[in-house]
Amino acid sequence: MRVLRAGDTALLVEADDLATAHRLNTALRDEPIPGVVDVVVGEQTVLVILDPSADLDLLAARLPRLRLPESAGGDTEPVEIPVVYDGADLDEVADDTGLSREEVVHRHAAAEYTVAYLGFSPGFGYLTGLDPRLHVARRASPRTSVPAGSVAIAGPYAAVYPSRSPGGWRLLGRTGLRLWDVTRDPPSLLRPGTRVRFVPEGSS
Amino acid sequence: MIEVVRPGPLATVQDLGRPGRAQFGVPRSGAADEPALRLANRLVGNSEGAAGVELTLGGAALRFHRHAWIAVTGAPVPLRVDGRACGMGAPCHVPDGALVEFGTPTSGLRSYLAVRGGVVVDEVLGSRSTDLLSGLGPAPLSSGDRLPIGDTKHLGDIVVDVAPVPSLPETPVLRILPGPRDDWFAEDALTTLTTASYMVSPDSNRVGVRLDGPPLARARDGELGSEGMVTGSLQVPPSGTPIIFLADHPTTGGYPVIAVLASSSVADAAQLRPGQRLRFHL
Repeated sequence: MRVLRAGDTALLVEADDLATAHRLNTALRDEPIPGVVDVVVGEQTVLVILDPSADLDLLAARLPRLRLPESAGGDTEPVEIPVVYDGADLDEVADDTGLSREEVVHRHAAAEYTVAYLGFSPGFGYLTGLDPRLHVARRASPRTSVPAGSVAIAGPYAAVYPSRSPGGWRLLGRTGLRLWDVTRDPPSLLRPGTRVRFVPEGSS
Repeated sequence: MIEVVRPGPLATVQDLGRPGRAQFGVPRSGAADEPALRLANRLVGNSEGAAGVELTLGGAALRFHRHAWIAVTGAPVPLRVDGRACGMGAPCHVPDGALVEFGTPTSGLRSYLAVRGGVVVDEVLGSRSTDLLSGLGPAPLSSGDRLPIGDTKHLGDIVVDVAPVPSLPETPVLRILPGPRDDWFAEDALTTLTTASYMVSPDSNRVGVRLDGPPLARARDGELGSEGMVTGSLQVPPSGTPIIFLADHPTTGGYPVIAVLASSSVADAAQLRPGQRLRFHL
């Protein structure tokens, strides 16, 4: 674990792997340290943002000695996301991977995913665990508008667009489940470490 | 209630934003020049985090349908209440029905209007701020919008006549702290950054200040995994010219951050105008 400075009010912790990053995140949330205003998980990092009055040196020395939980609290049941697999890019993905449409759907729905981190837009979780055969490049030119609920893949990640936004990921289908709702607390169904499964809906 | 007669180039409601929700991908948002909003609020007896209006390059006209006390801070802007000049950084009384008009700032970019009682539009995720990146909070103000003013009964007295503030420098020198990813850059990159002068690009906004100037060379290829970003980060995309992240910056980013502004320099960055020159200092 390496602790880097990100200005005079934040520390960027490089974890050995994503699981360690999630455990550190859990530790910082279960027993909040006074002065910490925000904790942001990245692909292999945890950014800890402090109140300007907090002691950065003290926390930098304390973080590597923090006792981490055995697991990141992923013992709860995975979130099940029902999907209608009728995405606009399903044929393209099948072509690119040399798989049939059915096989693409099967492989996407068979895997179990973990939310690595959130970013891009509120509630947008980057899900790891995608079948390596489905690792495809994002579109050469992004769509200007992707509807909320679009189930998509790009590179090693799967995701669901939580709200309407521009986007370059390949669309496999859609879900009616609301992943993001500002009237809910927390507003996001996903958080770093949440496990996720996609469940094919109907077979029309 | 305040009626927006015209918003000027860009006017948004801002308070201190939505800290603590970055794990869900929610930007901090809030006033780009936070000390200016805090000062304006103090001048009218509000708590520092009350919502006010952030004006970009002035230009707004607001009709007050109730008497109120206001204060304007940040970029120095000619201010008139029913045609009578009012000073910056000072509480100013607005009679019921009066028109408050803003000219164009003589320097700086963003001016802040605080009104005693605060602007009490609906909160979204604990804040009234407009976040232009994620679309949270109220839309930017447009003609005809009506902004409710909060209760003033519980507020303390107005006790300050004027708060003098230093004028904004013509060529600001922003203080930086190297890292967290300075090791991704060539050895001379920090020297280039701190000796060259950069110019603010016109496509700057509340998300970030884009700069034109000598590119910063990378020492290594490849992609950095996405990681959390703080306000004031100097993120360097493949073009090599840095972007200074402001209030509405994304919570995570995949380009390396060569240095971060000292928190005391963030407000100066928020006042940079397109075309203006600036320097960085270690």
